Amino acid sequence: MICINGEKFEKDEIVLLDYLETNRINPKRIAIEMNGEILPKSQFNEVVFKSGDIVEIVNFVGGG
Amino acid sequence: MNTKIPDKNEIDNVLSLRHTQEVFEKLKEARVAVAGLGGLGSNISLMLARSGVGTLHLIDFDEVDLSNLNRQQYFICHLGTYKTEAIKEEISRINPYINVITDCVKVTDENIDSLFKDDNIICEAFDDPDCKAMLVNHILETRKDAYIVAASGMAGVEKSNTIITRKITDRFYLCGDGTNTVVKGNGLMSPRVTICAAHQANTILRIILGKYDI
Repeated sequence: MICINGEKFEKDEIVLLDYLETNRINPKRIAIEMNGEILPKSQFNEVVFKSGDIVEIVNFVGGG
Repeated sequence: MNTKIPDKNEIDNVLSLRHTQEVFEKLKEARVAVAGLGGLGSNISLMLARSGVGTLHLIDFDEVDLSNLNRQQYFICHLGTYKTEAIKEEISRINPYINVITDCVKVTDENIDSLFKDDNIICEAFDDPDCKAMLVNHILETRKDAYIVAASGMAGVEKSNTIITRKITDRFYLCGDGTNTVVKGNGLMSPRVTICAAHQANTILRIILGKYDI
């Protein structure tokens, strides 16, 4: 099971870029915390979440 | 109008009595960077100044525009003035003994490291979501010693209580409702922007005082 933003997915793997595309999330406007650590932006293109991973994708919206 | 400017000891004594000596000293010794001096950053800067944060490093490249006055802490007399200069002047009218360092520049990949090298509490107060993500990711990836307090989602007149503070990692706090961006019919309004700014300012005071929970 993989947990992303509190939602549980019964999968062994989720490719980050696939998840972002499916949910129409712009990769330029996010920060990702994975298992308590920040995921460097340079890894966004290759990272694959595995079973047991707990992920928080912070989406920045405009306004300030 | 009484134009006598209180001397430093008078202001320090008042703050110390209000906040206790221990809190006063910690705030006076602290340094905070505020990146962006719009609706969030102008409010945050004044709240931190009123609280007695000793050194404020304020960064913005823009000038005060008439369209800013619906939510930003500027006045008609500031129109056309750089926001760094306008807010510095306002802070001097609250507490002239606060050390205000200004950088009238746009934060870029090229200058980001040198700009924030002396700051370990950094407040993200930009308007543009790409800039928000750029600053937050860069600080979190390169500055393991720094705290960043960011904001996402505060437009419109949605319920006040949807604006919250979240702790994403040990050094990354996020304030806002997470969703309400600027679209036609849902612009930035003073109350919710100020609520979000107050969440950020209070989080920063808590970090300075060693209270890291939310």
